[in-house]
Amino acid sequence: MRAAILAGFALLALAAPAGAQDQPPVPRQSWSFDGPFGTYDRAAAQRGFQVYDVVCAHCHSMKLLHYRDLAGIGYNDDEIKAIAASKQVTDGPNDQGEMFQRPGRPFDAFVAPFANEQAARAALSGALPPDLSLIVKAREGGADYVDALLQGYKSPPPGMKMVENMQYNEYFLGHQIAMPAPLAGSDVQYADGTKPTLTQEAHDVATFLAWASEPTMEERKYTGAKVLIFLVVMTGVLYGAKRQIWADVH
Amino acid sequence: MAAAPQQSKIVRWIDHRLPIFTFMRHELNEYPTPRNLSYWWNFGSLSGIMLVIMILTGIFLAMQYTPHVDYAFDSVERIMRDVNFGWLLRYMHMNGASLFFVVVYIHLFRGLYYGSYKEPRELLWMLGVVILLLMMATAFMGYVLPWGQMSFWAAKVITNLFSAIPVVGDGIVKWMWGGFTVGNPTLNRFYSLHYLLPFLIVGVVALHLIALHQHGSNNPLGIDRKGPQDSIPFHPYYTVKDMFGLGVFLIVYAVFVFYLPDALGDPVNYVPANPLQTPLEIVPEWYFLPYYAILRSVPDILFIPAKLAGVLCLFGAIIVLFFLPWLDTSRVRSARFRPVYKWVFWLLVIDVVVLGYCGAHRPEGWFIVAGRLATLYYFLHFIVLFPVIGWLERPLPLPTSISAAVTKKSSAPVAAASSMEKH
Ligand code: HEC
Ligand code: HEM
Repeated sequence: MRAAILAGFALLALAAPAGAQDQPPVPRQSWSFDGPFGTYDRAAAQRGFQVYDVVCAHCHSMKLLHYRDLAGIGYNDDEIKAIAASKQVTDGPNDQGEMFQRPGRPFDAFVAPFANEQAARAALSGALPPDLSLIVKAREGGADYVDALLQGYKSPPPGMKMVENMQYNEYFLGHQIAMPAPLAGSDVQYADGTKPTLTQEAHDVATFLAWASEPTMEERKYTGAKVLIFLVVMTGVLYGAKRQIWADVH
Repeated sequence: MAAAPQQSKIVRWIDHRLPIFTFMRHELNEYPTPRNLSYWWNFGSLSGIMLVIMILTGIFLAMQYTPHVDYAFDSVERIMRDVNFGWLLRYMHMNGASLFFVVVYIHLFRGLYYGSYKEPRELLWMLGVVILLLMMATAFMGYVLPWGQMSFWAAKVITNLFSAIPVVGDGIVKWMWGGFTVGNPTLNRFYSLHYLLPFLIVGVVALHLIALHQHGSNNPLGIDRKGPQDSIPFHPYYTVKDMFGLGVFLIVYAVFVFYLPDALGDPVNYVPANPLQTPLEIVPEWYFLPYYAILRSVPDILFIPAKLAGVLCLFGAIIVLFFLPWLDTSRVRSARFRPVYKWVFWLLVIDVVVLGYCGAHRPEGWFIVAGRLATLYYFLHFIVLFPVIGWLERPLPLPTSISAAVTKKSSAPVAAASSMEKH
């Protein structure tokens, strides 16, 4: 009964934010991090970081991440130092009271492409690229949506009036997106030699962004398994105790 | 009454000056409880435990949370990413709020089914309604704290409701905001109140328990205890049963916290608040959906504009519960012996689910019609059906005593039990 009530309310909550009617459903993919035992595929996430770093980072910030966090997808200390050092970070003020540039260090936050919203809009004909730190959690459909969006560019259906600087994208709400198709295939040279097809790149960067949205997911599931085993055993023992204590009442 | 002689000297020394051990023995060991309580009676103690869990996780969250419009969102994410087991605290608190409402709603409907609000438990029931109101306020203000898109817009929509009050409405809203829109002063006061209200709830829960212990629990038969053969001591019988129920509940809770932490939430709240961009849909958390549906369904009523009428009905939907002890005219408590009410009760459950479903959708097309009918039925149920059924219904014969009924399992009245009471 309670399960039914819970399931009912869960359904209600899921049914809640219904989007526009003419959106095609986002295709479901299979992900390494699906299910109660799923973990992030380190190799895919590292390839995804490469895609972000080479392509998306021109426009999108990831404010909530630090270079040191990359240890979570299997980069070692030296690799992280090298990645950070390849970025220029604004620091300061120094003794002269001036800001200065220095190579990044592992504790630095990911360097943002634009100093502020206005700079971004000025560079991108008025469009504002959202921060990607939480994008997978912040969209209905999560990684499936990001993956589909990156591959969803098409020529607009005949008769559709496109606003200037807008692209047609099947999965974007309203179909007119200000982001030019960021991926075409062969946008990066993967360090591990994987062939950079469009599908591959989209899948990899979506894996990376899923990790970035919740770096503690693996710890969560792992802890959950231990907690659940404990709770099931404890509840079993309590059930036995209840039966025994109540034996003389029934 | 002194501490039991077998207790240690220290216990007796303390008890002589501060009779806390006597008090505990009286309220736990000697407190007589009906022998026939079903598992539906577990939800009271579960609510209490949930309150404690919310307060504990909340206090630890508060150590890391920053109540400022520029930092609130990021500070919650810092809790999720950089604080040791911060994700656990946050997910426990977030899903805890949902499960707290599940538990309290079941507790409340249990009361409705078995007539637990009737003489002599009217004040016990009314204190429960006060707790519900305080919980709703607490949860609403807590939801604003992470300062996501839905936090901001929920705060805006709900505070704006008060502008429906004639003449003083606009002034009240600005006073609540502490400015000309929802902003930093609003966030700060919500945080302050979100910290305060749970402790007020603890106070009201204490009164709720005092009122409970005055006459003891109602029971599935709804008849009074007539003697010692009808009762068993709370401890160990109901302590162990409550512990077992807690175990089952914690399993459900853990499945949400560890495996479906965002299933009950809205993804839009992972977008930082943006006062310049209204989300496509502003929907509250599931536990407010029925009220939201009532708010949005109500049309202009005579000279009252729709907005004011909606707000009045929204609050009326809960206020009406205060009057239930007098709206229900039946002398029989338990629905088990009320052949008509037994079914009408389930209509209310369905009605509330329909309202919840409507609340999750824009008030367009069928949802308006369904929302209006369901709202109408909700009030009809309390204001018309309760008194009328009480007058017209012919209750089944009540068993002579609890012990007589539970030892003769096949006796006719008990066999008429509805599906709600399968143990
Ligand atoms: C040329 C700049 C640019 C590049 C490069 C770019 N984006 Fe974007 N992106 C944008 C802009 C601008 C928007 C906002 C679009 C809008 O709101 O119409 C956007 C929006 C998005 C969104 C949000 C869509 C939504 O549902 O609101 C996602 C996800 C996204 N980009 C992912 C990526 C990924 C992944 C990459 C790298 C493979 C990337 N972008 C590269 C400019 C860019
Ligand atoms: C009746 C008990 C309580 C209820 C129903 C409740 C409810 C909520 C809800 C719904 C949220 C938003 C969750 C989210 O989406 O993140 C929240 C956040 C928060 N609550 Fe509570 N709460 C309760 C008690 C407390 C107490 C006692 C404290 C502090 C002492 C507290 C501190 C916080 C803090 C700091 C946040 C913001 C962090 C976050 O969003 O996770 N809460 N609360």
